[in-house]
Amino acid sequence: MSWTLENYDIAAIALGEHVLMVGSALAISLVIALPLGILTARRPAFYVAAMSVTGVLYTIPALALFALLIPMMGLGLAPAISALVLYSLLILVRNIAIGIREVPAELIEAADGMGYGRARRLLDIELPLALPVIVAGVRITTVTQIAVATVAAYISAGGLGDLIFQGITQDFGEKIVVGALLTSLLAIVADEGLKYVERRLRAATAERL
Amino acid sequence: MIRLESVSKTFPGAARPAVDHLDLDVPNGTTCVLIGPSGCGKTTTMRIVNRLIEPTSGRIVVEGEDVTRADPVALRRRIGYVIQQVGLFPHMTIAQNVATVPELLGWPAARVAQRVEEMLSLVGLEPGQFLERHPRHLSGGQRQRVGVARALAADPPVLLMDEPFGAVDPIVRAGLQAELLGILRRLAKTVIFVTHDIDEAVRMGDLIAIMKDGRLVQCDAPERLLSAPRDAFVADFVGADRALKRLALITAGTVARPGPAGPGAPVVALSTSLRDVLSVLLASGADAATVTESGGSPLGAISLAMIRARAATSSQGDGAES
Amino acid sequence: MLRDVIAWLTDNRQAFDAAAGQHLVLSATALAAAIVLALPLALVLVHWKRLAHVAITSVNVLRTIPSLALLAAMLPLIGTGFLPSVIALTLYGLPAILINSHTALREVDPDIVEAGLGQGMTGGQILRRITIPLALPVVFAGIRTAAVQIVSAATLAAFIGGGGLGELITAGMGTLNIPQLVSGGLAVAALAVMTELGFAFLERGARWSIGTAA
Repeated sequence: MSWTLENYDIAAIALGEHVLMVGSALAISLVIALPLGILTARRPAFYVAAMSVTGVLYTIPALALFALLIPMMGLGLAPAISALVLYSLLILVRNIAIGIREVPAELIEAADGMGYGRARRLLDIELPLALPVIVAGVRITTVTQIAVATVAAYISAGGLGDLIFQGITQDFGEKIVVGALLTSLLAIVADEGLKYVERRLRAATAERL
Repeated sequence: MIRLESVSKTFPGAARPAVDHLDLDVPNGTTCVLIGPSGCGKTTTMRIVNRLIEPTSGRIVVEGEDVTRADPVALRRRIGYVIQQVGLFPHMTIAQNVATVPELLGWPAARVAQRVEEMLSLVGLEPGQFLERHPRHLSGGQRQRVGVARALAADPPVLLMDEPFGAVDPIVRAGLQAELLGILRRLAKTVIFVTHDIDEAVRMGDLIAIMKDGRLVQCDAPERLLSAPRDAFVADFVGADRALKRLALITAGTVARPGPAGPGAPVVALSTSLRDVLSVLLASGADAATVTESGGSPLGAISLAMIRARAATSSQGDGAES
Repeated sequence: MLRDVIAWLTDNRQAFDAAAGQHLVLSATALAAAIVLALPLALVLVHWKRLAHVAITSVNVLRTIPSLALLAAMLPLIGTGFLPSVIALTLYGLPAILINSHTALREVDPDIVEAGLGQGMTGGQILRRITIPLALPVVFAGIRTAAVQIVSAATLAAFIGGGGLGELITAGMGTLNIPQLVSGGLAVAALAVMTELGFAFLERGARWSIGTAA
């Protein structure tokens, strides 16, 4: 435990880098996934196509994806964040599309009948009601990404993986443990926090008590 | 007013048209009930009026304006729309739900707030109690009232109602029908009301349009429909008890004559329908009943003979009185 | 780029095959171990509800530990090489199979079980003829998820001397031999996708054979 107590600032920086990496990747994927999800929500053919492409991306292991991106982007944050973004797309696009599709038909009918245009209907009715499912997707993605981002340290992107890799090469068990522990804790905090948000949203959009 | 001129709708891949060259004329301020067996095209017809379903051919005229090719979104903001499942937005408060169309139309906030309160009071929901609540806290009947309030919020001249009380239990339904009737009388809206329940149609409609296989079979005031059904289908549809249904349209007050009813005669209020008076007379074994006014003081009497005479007359211009 | 990759592959065929073989052996062993451990455990947990809650929660925590950390954790405990990698990979794939199996066994339609009881089946017969067959599709989905996770995580075994296709990537990184790096990346990607598709196919077969829709 002695190393940690003396070097908690290093651990803190690693944690900060990790959060930044995952956070930026999440923001970028949402920007891409939102229009994709909306577009594919009610178009089955596009949806299947989107799921196939993002599905293949999701299956590729992190290290491999990094390896494939390095010739194009070099080392560091660029390939790391790009890979994380590509990973997130599957779950985010899927959850956004499903969330929109699951808005009850009679609400869409009522909205159309009252004179909602497509854009306002999306903003006022469909997206707000799809929010719980979307947040569920964000939650799953975030937890996955926190784990995947540990490997990014190998390509000089920093983060908690740095501690783990150092621990491996230096045969220094404590660093491995601290790195792993902080990653787990981060994942648990993110999971519980987003679960709470998800619960509140479900209550706010519930049709029945 | 609403007018459909030779409106047809054939869905892609369908064997026959869902709506077949329908002509319908609904004068200002009247309620026209569309009724018929499942699949007759009544709901499709209603949804053609606000272009949720685009007609394959024909013209739609609303308030004197040909809206067949007008902007559907703008059209729908001028038409109130009530559906069976209500469709209140669960993530919005009651106030926000009712304010939907006024806000889409860009009304100033103060006017919207005032109108919302007005509408809630109109449908019998105390604003203070209901404004900030969410649909999930309301009963089925309360939700449908909000649905009606929401449809009337922007003061549209035309109202479309698709089986609005279908999902509500029968006891609540009767009360809602009575209240809606009162509201519609006061506001003089032009209404198309879809139902499969002939009793509801007779109660709610100034005009009843019976449809079958996408065509209009008969369109008449309830009295005429009940006394002179055009064919066996209509006669069957309105029911073998149509004579009794006709009696339900007339109140004791309009038929009673001055004079005593006889010793031990049962007492009925002047607003009682002839059908209910008949029921009372049959149950009591009496030949006549005393008719009283709202205070309780006797006005006159009504006898079985009078009722029978009334039932026998056809509706030559005397129309329904309620 | 593609030409360089193909060139590297033809020149280093043996090394590639060795790495691929190691990767497959690692993954298969870990998957088999995970199945052998998780399935009986799931059965036990269906009956011991309190233990189930504890087990499921700890397994969920296990899921939050990144595969890298899991592999690295083996270092101070057992060192490097094949066995530690297998152990880590088994632990990594265990949650998916355990949770899916437990849920599947627990949520078998009670009406169907009741019908079986009514016909005079013993507990064991119900298990064999009703519960397990009906739970099979979801169990299989769990195995499929675990398989893909294990094959993917096995890439990282390279970091603790477990071999596998990940070694192509690490070697390529070390000497900045881009064709080697990309070959490793493509190989792993291809293997992962094939595993996913292969198991999806098998899963559909499993569903078909017991008559539920895929």
